[in-house]
Amino acid sequence: MPYTRELKELIKRVEATRPARVERKRRGEEFPVLSLKEREERLRKYHPDFKEGSRTEIRVGPSKGYAISPEIVNLLEAKSRVDPDAIDLTKVAYETDVLILGGGGAGTAAALTAQENGAKVLIATKLRHGDANTMMAEGGIQAATKGTKDSPYYHYLDVLGGGHFKNVPELVYTLVTEAPKVIAWLEGLGCMLTKFPEGQLKALHGGGTCRKRMHYAADITGAEIMRTLRDEARNRPEDIKVLEFCPAVELILNEYGHCAGAVLYNLETEEYFVVKAKAVIMATGGSGRLHIQGFMTTNHYGATGDGLILGYRAGVKLCFLHTVQYHPTGAVFPEQAEGLLITEKFRGAGANALNIDGEQFVNEREPRDVESASFIRECTEVGKGVPTPTGKVGVWLDSPMIDILMGEGAVKREFPGKYILFKRFGIDISKEPMLVYPTLHYQNGGLEYNSRCETSIPGFFAAGEVSGGVHGENRLMGNSLLDVCVFGRIAGVSAALYAKERFQEGRLTLDHVRRYHRELEEAGIITDRVAPMLLPDYSNPKVRERQLTTRYLGTIR
Amino acid sequence: MEAEKKEKEDLVPIFIMGKRYEVPSSLTIQKAMEYAGYQLIRGCGCRGGICGACATVYRFPGSYKIEVGLACQTVVQPNMYLTQIPFFPATKSVYDIEKIKPTIETLVKAYPELLRCLQCNTCTKSCPMEIEVMDYIAAAMRGDVARLAELSFDCVMCGLCTARCPAEICQYNIAILGRRLYGKYIAPKAEHLASMVKEVEKGRYEQMLRELMDTDEETLKKLYNEREIEPEQAGEDWTPKDKTYL
Ligand SMILES: Cc1cc2nc3c(=O)[nH]c(=O)nc-3n(C[C@H](O)[C@H](O)[C@H](O)COP(=O)(O)OP(=O)(O)OC[C@H]3O[C@@H](n4cnc5c(N)ncnc54)[C@H](O)[C@@H]3O)c2cc1C
Ligand code: SF4
Ligand code: SF4
Ligand code: FES
Repeated sequence: MPYTRELKELIKRVEATRPARVERKRRGEEFPVLSLKEREERLRKYHPDFKEGSRTEIRVGPSKGYAISPEIVNLLEAKSRVDPDAIDLTKVAYETDVLILGGGGAGTAAALTAQENGAKVLIATKLRHGDANTMMAEGGIQAATKGTKDSPYYHYLDVLGGGHFKNVPELVYTLVTEAPKVIAWLEGLGCMLTKFPEGQLKALHGGGTCRKRMHYAADITGAEIMRTLRDEARNRPEDIKVLEFCPAVELILNEYGHCAGAVLYNLETEEYFVVKAKAVIMATGGSGRLHIQGFMTTNHYGATGDGLILGYRAGVKLCFLHTVQYHPTGAVFPEQAEGLLITEKFRGAGANALNIDGEQFVNEREPRDVESASFIRECTEVGKGVPTPTGKVGVWLDSPMIDILMGEGAVKREFPGKYILFKRFGIDISKEPMLVYPTLHYQNGGLEYNSRCETSIPGFFAAGEVSGGVHGENRLMGNSLLDVCVFGRIAGVSAALYAKERFQEGRLTLDHVRRYHRELEEAGIITDRVAPMLLPDYSNPKVRERQLTTRYLGTIR
Repeated sequence: MEAEKKEKEDLVPIFIMGKRYEVPSSLTIQKAMEYAGYQLIRGCGCRGGICGACATVYRFPGSYKIEVGLACQTVVQPNMYLTQIPFFPATKSVYDIEKIKPTIETLVKAYPELLRCLQCNTCTKSCPMEIEVMDYIAAAMRGDVARLAELSFDCVMCGLCTARCPAEICQYNIAILGRRLYGKYIAPKAEHLASMVKEVEKGRYEQMLRELMDTDEETLKKLYNEREIEPEQAGEDWTPKDKTYL
């Protein structure tokens, strides 16, 4: 759907202020950045994390008393999808050295290094291999690779500043020192990173970076990484097997309390299977599809936070889940594109964020949380948001500036994906600005782990978006693809070594699930909620009313 | 009531696998299927046009033309007859990327059927990403790996081209082989990257990082606030004034 007449009228105001803004950009004059103190104030007043009712205490489990989003707490305070007594753990369907839950970036990177360290690997994943948030990342991957102007030292400082200085230092150290190695690894696997003709990697700024170190593969960086890693995993079919449409619904421990496998659910045949493994890696990614506070999301269909639930029930603590990342620029128009991510690179390449009068109101390179809070402020308290025909509100992202600054055709060349997408809807983003609003984007925290990806449970490892600590309270753009590559690779090595050297054979059990159920009861939580969610509920209520013989367990029938 | 009436007016008929449903005209095919009552398991991944899970073909009554689209990106049109093709069997050659060369021999050895291409252009017409599929296959047949990589870069591996190829070629797997060969062997190496890796391994940044890790929050904040910011419009040759921590 192209812009309506009303919106076209409003675009004229953007066009009116554009020449002067382009001039300022050329002169290097930016909208003033907020001081740390002002940032804090802005977050406190306008960020959704600070809204009344945005956090509830968890009443059971190892992080009892920790206050996080009620949408997640609801799932933590829920029963297992399966009755532990109904499963016969002696009937083992698959046996492997390393079981990886989640076939996204972290899981696939882990599979490769686990295999290189001698392990037989089984990846069990919810949808297809590669249907994951990793596939969707557009903007880029950070790493200090240019020694003449950057170093892991500056990368470290940036990561900390983004994370409100709360990050776990050891994890950040690992992230930034492994970063250049990971980029070299990707180059060696044949990832088509965008380069100058002589081979230097192109790099841009991202929100909160002090040096341009955002490397990228056009505007589909995650897809390029994901499809390359997946192709490489498929080149090792003897050692790396993949089970698609088989999400994990419970971890299995053994009599010593070590992790020893998982229960999988075949979404198509509706069977449950027992997998026995010497080590298990949790790499199930994020939770955008929980639509926290009703926000739209950029995440893939399977991002329902399952790994949090499974790990927590087995006894792993949660951390840094008290903040949720909203990406400042999700599309709000047209309706079909709602929630879709408009990469930060648009701002990096020069596009201004503007209110209804075509005025700037925030520097475009504030960290994501500050940027989002500023958009929300502009649209609420200040009242200068742009109303959409469906009753939403947004701010302009002035993409046509990029063509003026970088030369005609720049938008089409640098952002082919988004250009084509909007073109299909009848909007030429090299000539007309986009309407954006914050959208639920990233799970800043998760399972507690260390820089060897070990959790508190022997034999149980975590990597990627499901884990917490490295990004502190707020992740910077480009550090997550990096996170999944760095810690995915480490998890693979750690798990393979564990399987080889420390694994102890023992009787399989689901006692931790029984204990958890008891704890729920003792806390007075009587509920028919089940978790993990597996898939979000987008069913049509009117259809449901007529499904007289259908039973839904949670969101799934 | 008002709202309901408006909704009624907005409904359009579509035919999912031949069966008629009325759905709001503003929905994508994906959301329309959910509206009709499907709970998607297959045929839905990113919901954002990049994973290739939701390949869909459709036709209109009275038209011979087979149309294609990604269900998550294509808005419904009245009277479309559609089906998703969530899976299509593919050939995938297994190779050791370390041991192959970016040549025509590599491509043909991995996918001998490549040479059977009839240049019928059906693949190009079947591609929802508007990729010149036949041209990249032609580049592969010439051994022009760079062109193959460049032309196929936006491929989401949805499999529609493969489903319709009379020569039974699996275009997208040839394409990713080409891109990996290009990325590894043809694109010039990033020398600054190699030297940075060496410096990290030599431990050049070890001490400064360990010091940072032990620094208290107040000092960290100060260091953070004082960091020199590379200007947005700076060129490749920009260097900071303070080089202590490089
Ligand atoms: C639109 C978008 C753009 C982004 N852009 C960037 C960017 O530019 N730079 C950056 O650094 N980061 C970016 N990110 C963030 C980054 O892509 C992700 O945080 C990261 O890729 C997560 O990787 P992962 O392997 O941990 O999880 P995922 O890649 O999401 O993989 C998790 C996998 O686990 C599967 N799974 C889920 N539950 C289960 C279960 N119960 N059992 C088995 N399998 C399960 C999922 O289906 C999925 O395949 C972006 C994210 C999104 C959504
Ligand atoms: S459809 Fe097959 S035969 Fe026809 S041009 Fe494409 S690759 Fe060649
Ligand atoms: S080239 Fe083939 S697999 Fe790739 S997007 Fe086009 S039709 Fe789909
Ligand atoms: S669901 Fe991924 S491309 Fe449509």
